[in-house]
Amino acid sequence: MSENAKLPPLPTGTFSERAVAWSKKNLFDGWFNTLLTLGSIAFLVWLIPPIVEWAIINATLAPSIEACAEATGACWGFVNANLRLILFGTYPFEEQWRPLLAMIFLMGIICGSLGAVKYPSLRKAIIPMWVIGVPIIAILMWGGVFGLTYVQNSYWGGLPLTLILSSIGVIFAFPFGLLLALGRQSHMPAIKTVSVVYIEVIRGVPLITVLFMASVMFPLFLPDGVTIDKLLRAQIGIILFTAAYLAEVFRGGLQAVPRGQFEAGDSLALSYWQSMRLIILPQALRLVIPPTVNSFISMFKDTTLVVIIGLFDFLGTVKLALRSDPAWTKYYVEGYAFAAAIFFLICFSMAKYSAYLEKELRKGEQR
Amino acid sequence: MKIQTILAAGAMTVAAVAAQNAQAGAVLDGIKAKGFVQCGVNTGLPGFSAANAEGKWEGIDVDVCRAAAAAVFGDANAVQYTPLTAAQRFTALQSGEIDILSRNTTATTTRDAKLGLTFVGINYYDGQGFLIPKALGVSSATELDGATVCVEPGTTTELNLADYFRAKGMSFEPVVIENINEATAAFFSGRCDVYTTDASGLASIRTQMAENPADYVILPEIISKEPLGPVVAQGDEQWSDVVRWAFAAMVEAEEYGVTMENVDDMKANSTNPGIQRLLGVSPGMGEALGLDEAWAYNIVKQVGNYGESYEKNVTAKLGLERGLNALWTDGGLQYAWPVR
Repeated sequence: MSENAKLPPLPTGTFSERAVAWSKKNLFDGWFNTLLTLGSIAFLVWLIPPIVEWAIINATLAPSIEACAEATGACWGFVNANLRLILFGTYPFEEQWRPLLAMIFLMGIICGSLGAVKYPSLRKAIIPMWVIGVPIIAILMWGGVFGLTYVQNSYWGGLPLTLILSSIGVIFAFPFGLLLALGRQSHMPAIKTVSVVYIEVIRGVPLITVLFMASVMFPLFLPDGVTIDKLLRAQIGIILFTAAYLAEVFRGGLQAVPRGQFEAGDSLALSYWQSMRLIILPQALRLVIPPTVNSFISMFKDTTLVVIIGLFDFLGTVKLALRSDPAWTKYYVEGYAFAAAIFFLICFSMAKYSAYLEKELRKGEQR
Repeated sequence: MKIQTILAAGAMTVAAVAAQNAQAGAVLDGIKAKGFVQCGVNTGLPGFSAANAEGKWEGIDVDVCRAAAAAVFGDANAVQYTPLTAAQRFTALQSGEIDILSRNTTATTTRDAKLGLTFVGINYYDGQGFLIPKALGVSSATELDGATVCVEPGTTTELNLADYFRAKGMSFEPVVIENINEATAAFFSGRCDVYTTDASGLASIRTQMAENPADYVILPEIISKEPLGPVVAQGDEQWSDVVRWAFAAMVEAEEYGVTMENVDDMKANSTNPGIQRLLGVSPGMGEALGLDEAWAYNIVKQVGNYGESYEKNVTAKLGLERGLNALWTDGGLQYAWPVR
């Protein structure tokens, strides 16, 4: 009951009266805010109608070059006609149900793992899900067994490749980054030096350099006749790179945990790993959820860089489709807009989940 | 530049080692054992190698690989493709990741001699030119002093451009843009006065990307020779012979008028000894190459002759006429070594 006293009085009056009151308070509060509001409205009026006109009213969805040439607006027909090429790249056409299934499967495992926060019963299932799920995805993608034809991974592409590169990247970079962060905090000079040197060297070079080295320099140093798969090289490059950044994020979390917590662990006679697992890391990791998700989002977008080493991620397949026929080439704005929409959808979901995760994990602190 | 030096040094070492280790036929034996040809192609250049809406690789460069596969296996589809960027392509070939590089690659002395490669034929004669808006009021490349030039990095294009302007004592301002879409968009939006790339590229960019193609002209000067062709690694002469003659067979088939359509009829009825040799009616050629006697028949039957491949890919996709790539009998440069 006492809580109600803090709430503002309920609005009274007709709807229009309330609307006027609301906008006076929120939009026209003083000359500066009035100016800002009017400026913003003018900007939107200037910006939105041409976009709507281009993207919807005058646009065409018909998957033909002729229809696009006639349309004065956007040519979504480009995306429509090349949808499967954009989604799955050069994966054999008749077999494209396999990457589709693999992608659905991967999304299922990811959602299952993320849902474990809400449904604790799922927690025990996380590791088995990945241990069973990843080989199934690998079998679907590669084939070569159970009557599935073998598909080289130079044919993988599109959304499945982007999702695989980034989710495998997260799964391996996370523990590796954690070890590096702990190593950097270690009292053992050798481990500490190795961690610091690793982190600083990797952070000192751009990802594009790491990928380029992995793709162009590395094979030259291998013995004659030995080749390591191009996709694997890129995947390892992404993992090594992301781990260095995550390590610094985790270090921030570790440093934010009060010293007394470490001492509490010691006084309970817990071993180093026990006190880390039970006391320090749960607190440290919870503190760094926003920057961790930040790293994941930026890694997800960085996977588009694999295009420079001839792999077709989702953005790469859009480019591939643009070049599939010279007549489509001029509709690159539509292609990139479509790619941007899909990327936004995924990154925004990640951000939303991170906000939800923070709220869930902070429940213990709210009374 | 530095990276390129290191790469070249590394490449030479590898090439030297490879040359020592290689045994005659090692690559060809490997190809036969795995059952397909691994072919390095462009990541997307319409007419040469590009994925179609079903994700299948198509183009005049792709057809060279298909021809090699048809010659070795009797199946033009026994090819696996590795899309490669310009920077990656030679490493991929030297490290054995691919068996043929068929990726609109210009044959040059350094590449042939220093990088340990063998160019086995020229499937497209190209040359670098300039595209300008008519409004610029220029009719010759010699009037381009001080121009801003849009160019893609990392290729001979960039080097030729610098060479040409230096030789003419003119200055220019390069606008280097990696992505062809962005580079052409920059040109058509007026960010640079000139766009330069191979003439084949200029023609297709003008017809496909310009709002009004008539507003743009290609200057008459062609500033470089760009003989583009398939490449293999040095060390397996038997394999380089197979690719060389697979391509030669496509050109020779066109010279004889043997097409995908009439090849069966020609094989059964032709009395021309040249055609009989080519199609394996009078045996010997297959044996010489270590292949089935029907090797060239399979190429023509499944891939087509050179002219058919050109029509289907370059003319249909880019609207380019044969030009330099016509047969020598029609005033072009395509002149097949005789299959005999």
